Parts: sequence; structure tokens; C-alpha cells
Amino acid sequence: MIEVKGLTKYYGEHAAISDLDFSIASGEVIGFLGLNGAGKSTTLKVLGCVLLPTAGVVTVDGIDIARDPHEVRRRIGFLPDTPPLYNEMTVGRYLAFVAQLRGVPAGETAQAVAEAERKTATTEKHDELIASLSHGYRQRVGVAQALVHRPKLLILDEPTSGLDPVQIVEMRNMIRALRGAHTILLSSHILSEISQTCDRLLVIQSGKIVAQGTEQELARDMGGGGTIEIEVVGTSARAIEIARTVEGVGPGRVLAEADGVATLSFIAPPDLRPKLARALVQNGVDLLRIDRGAARLESIFLQLTKEKDTRLPSGGLQ
Amino acid sequence: MRSTLLIARRELGAYLRSMTGYVIAALVLAIDGVFFQAFVMSGADKLSSQVLSGFFEIAGGVTMVSSVFISMRLLAEERQTGTLVLLTSSPVRDSEIVIGKFLSALVFLGMITLATVYIPALIFVNGKVSFGHMAAGYIGLLLLGSASLAVGTLGSALARTQVLAAIFSGCMMAALVVCWMLGRVTERPFSDIFATIALWQKHFPAFQAGQIHLRDVFFYLALTYLALFGATRVMEARRWR
Repeated sequence: MIEVKGLTKYYGEHAAISDLDFSIASGEVIGFLGLNGAGKSTTLKVLGCVLLPTAGVVTVDGIDIARDPHEVRRRIGFLPDTPPLYNEMTVGRYLAFVAQLRGVPAGETAQAVAEAERKTATTEKHDELIASLSHGYRQRVGVAQALVHRPKLLILDEPTSGLDPVQIVEMRNMIRALRGAHTILLSSHILSEISQTCDRLLVIQSGKIVAQGTEQELARDMGGGGTIEIEVVGTSARAIEIARTVEGVGPGRVLAEADGVATLSFIAPPDLRPKLARALVQNGVDLLRIDRGAARLESIFLQLTKEKDTRLPSGGLQ
Repeated sequence: MRSTLLIARRELGAYLRSMTGYVIAALVLAIDGVFFQAFVMSGADKLSSQVLSGFFEIAGGVTMVSSVFISMRLLAEERQTGTLVLLTSSPVRDSEIVIGKFLSALVFLGMITLATVYIPALIFVNGKVSFGHMAAGYIGLLLLGSASLAVGTLGSALARTQVLAAIFSGCMMAALVVCWMLGRVTERPFSDIFATIALWQKHFPAFQAGQIHLRDVFFYLALTYLALFGATRVMEARRWR
């Protein structure tokens, strides 16, 4: 779907992104991860044909964006970091305008608008002025404008930016529901967002791709197989003893132990959770909870970016 | 073409739904009326054609100034509010964006200009003027407005904010207006060049007097084309920056 080779973009003398190489297959949901100022938005703007590259080749569906940006734009739906909304228009009129602008025939506009509104749960706001919408709904209408012309590729730059926790969950579910119908490239610096929504990650730092792959692949490449967290009734020693008998489970450490309940973390691939759970239960340990390590992606990200960015301790991680 | 008309229609809707549009229209009509009463109708008795010519002189000046304020929002406001990316990420050429924006401003200015028709109508009722004189004057106003709006569109393409756009456009308009002064103090061929590109002094008085010269029509259309071409180039260049 997307092939990027040697992509470089200069703003004056400053290289915002430099020599990026990656490819995205059709139907994938890709998380584009990086600190603020790492080059995420610039890359997405180039892919969205808003900016043209200084050097390198980018093809979308086999079409070179520098040679035929017009044709590429028909296949792309782009949500920039600030939703491009006209406050004086109603949601319905706005989406109809965008649909027609992007080549939806006049006769099919109403259907395309209704479909986009249904997918983004904005149908009830059809006749409301955009100026009167809450931030969450503005973000939803932003996504609706990106998909109203049924593009093959959706590029969403920080779609959860500024949303409250409930709205973040709603947005996440909405993006998940779009899986399959579109190839999605999603940028964020909210790690849990990326972890729960995407098939594969691209990590960008100081304008360069420093890692790409699934969360498991990145964890493996970083020299670790991830972590599994458990909560058991009783002492931690017994649980550690049993867990270490399971092949693939590494050393464990106690995160908390109080009121007869122990919380432990083991270095182990998350795939081993069923095996570990069975072993514990079969050996008479009461298992209250088993989960993948919550801070896993965060630790991968920290390791990937630590050496390259000295401002990391105060950076934009969430 | 479809995209151009879509953009023009949306933009015109924005003028008609915003307070700014109505404020500009009200100010133009008020200034036209007050200045007409104060400077044209006062003093010694005049022929009807002189009164009409005086009205077009005032309306010409007001049209140039109002064009700066009508056009300042066209691209700069979209850039300021982040909505320009909606157009630049759509399968629409930069020239279509620029022309669509310009057309909406031209239609809006045309509507305001049309609303001033009551003044020549008053002269027509109380005096004796020809429809030809009136038509030539209004064609001149629209051509002058078209050129001024195109220069304003260029200013709006160059600027990041509406205020800067108004300043850029105002400076370009002022430079084009005072060219005739430079024509007086320079020698040929510069004097000829400056005199020719003078936006108002060289080309508008003929329309004001009820005459349509092809060279004046050509000048205003050429200036419109060049300014819009420049605005398109600015838009295209921004994608490479």
C-alpha cells in the first residue's frame, strides 16, 4: 500500500525527517510513535500529500506522490493534528462539502455522509453547527471528514489529542471498527493508545526511524521477551517457584505483597499467559489476575529513544 | 471546475454567515452614501453626468480599500485556523483553490457594488444620465474590484495571518496606486511603465466618464491573471518548503 524509500524533508536548513525507509501493507493498522518534534507530523503531511518531499520516493498504491499527488489524494483520508473544521457550517453540510471536494458524485453524497456519520457516531449531530460541538465530537467529525470519500488509506495524526479518558476509549473503539475497511496509519505519543490499537509500530526519533515491527518483535529485538504480571493469594515465594517451572518464564520480582495478596512480574512473552495460569492453578495457587506487563511498550520506547534524546525525562510520554 | 465552484460556494456562504461580511458591506454602503452626499452633491450646481462621474470616483476608491479587507481572510484565515490542510490534502489543484476563493470574493464584492445602484438611480430620477454611462461605470468598478481582489488574494497567500495579509495587500495596492506619481518624476521608459501600471489614475477615469477602452479592460484582466498566478505559485511553493 505504502512504500517509503529515503524520505527526507527539510524546513530551510533543518532536516525534519531524514532518510526514512518503511513499507505498509494493505489492511494494516500502523502506529507511528515518537516524542513531540520527532518528525511524526511532517512524515504524515508528506504521506497525506500536503507537503512534498525534499528527497526520496513515496508511493501509495504504486503511485508516486511527487509525480501524481492529485491521484494519491483521492486514495487518502487525512486527519491533521488539529481537525480542519469550518465552524460556521453544520456537520452534514460540512461532510457533504468534503465528500464532493474529494470526488464523491453528487448523487452519492448523502449516502457517503450518512455512512461516515454512522461510523463515527455523529449522526445525531448532523444538523448542528460545528462551532457548538464539544472537543470529542469535533475530533469525531475530523475523522468523519477523513473517511467520507471511502479512501483506502486513513492517516490520523494524534486522533486522541486533548480527549478525556472516556472519549479516548470511544475513539479507540471507533478506530478499531475501521480496521479492515481501510489501511490506517495512526500517530500518537500516548503509548497505551498505540499498543491497544495497532498491528505494528514505527518508532521515529529525531527524524529517523529507530525501530519498526510488532510490539513483540520490538521487545525481542531489545533483548527482552516482555513481561507478565500476576496477582495471587498467598506468598510470592510459592508463585515464583511454580512459575519458574514453566518453560520460557524468566526471573520474577515482587511488585507488592500485602493482606495475603502478592503482585508479581515475570520476564516472559505474553503468549505464555495461558501456560503460566494453568501451572499456577494446577499447583493450588489461587490466581486473581494475569496480564501482560503494563509498562512494556513504555520500556521499549524509553530504550529506543533514550540514547538519542537527552530531554526524555521531561518529554511527551503518557 | 467542479472543485472551484464548490470552494467558491462554500466561501461565499462563509461571507454571508459571518458578521465580518455584513460589517464590510454596511461600511462600504455607508461610506459610499456619506461621501457621495458630502463631496459630490455639495458645492456648485453640476451636470448629471458630472455627479455620476463623481460617484464612480468615490466608489472606485472605496472598492479598492474594501477589496483589501474582503480578500485578507481568503487563504490567510484558513492557514491561521488550520483548515487549509483540508483543501491541500484533497484532490484539488492549488489553482482551483485560489480561483475558487477569488471568485467567492468577487461575487461578494459584486453584490455590495450592486447594492449601491440606488445612488445612480437617484441621479437618473432627478437628472439626465445615460444607461451606457452607468453600465460603463459599473463594469469599471467590477474590473477594478477584480484586480484589487486578485492582489488581495496574493497578499493572503503570502501571509500567515489575516492582519499580515491586509498589510501586504494594502502595501501592494498603495504601490500600484501611486505608480502614476513615480511616472511623473522619472524619465522614459520608466515613466511610461509606471504610468501604465498605475491601478487607478491611468485606467479608471475613462470608465468613470462612461467610456470603455479595450486597453483598460485588458490591463485589469491582465493584473487579475498575474496576481492569481502569483498566488497559485505561492501556494505550490509552500508545499516544497
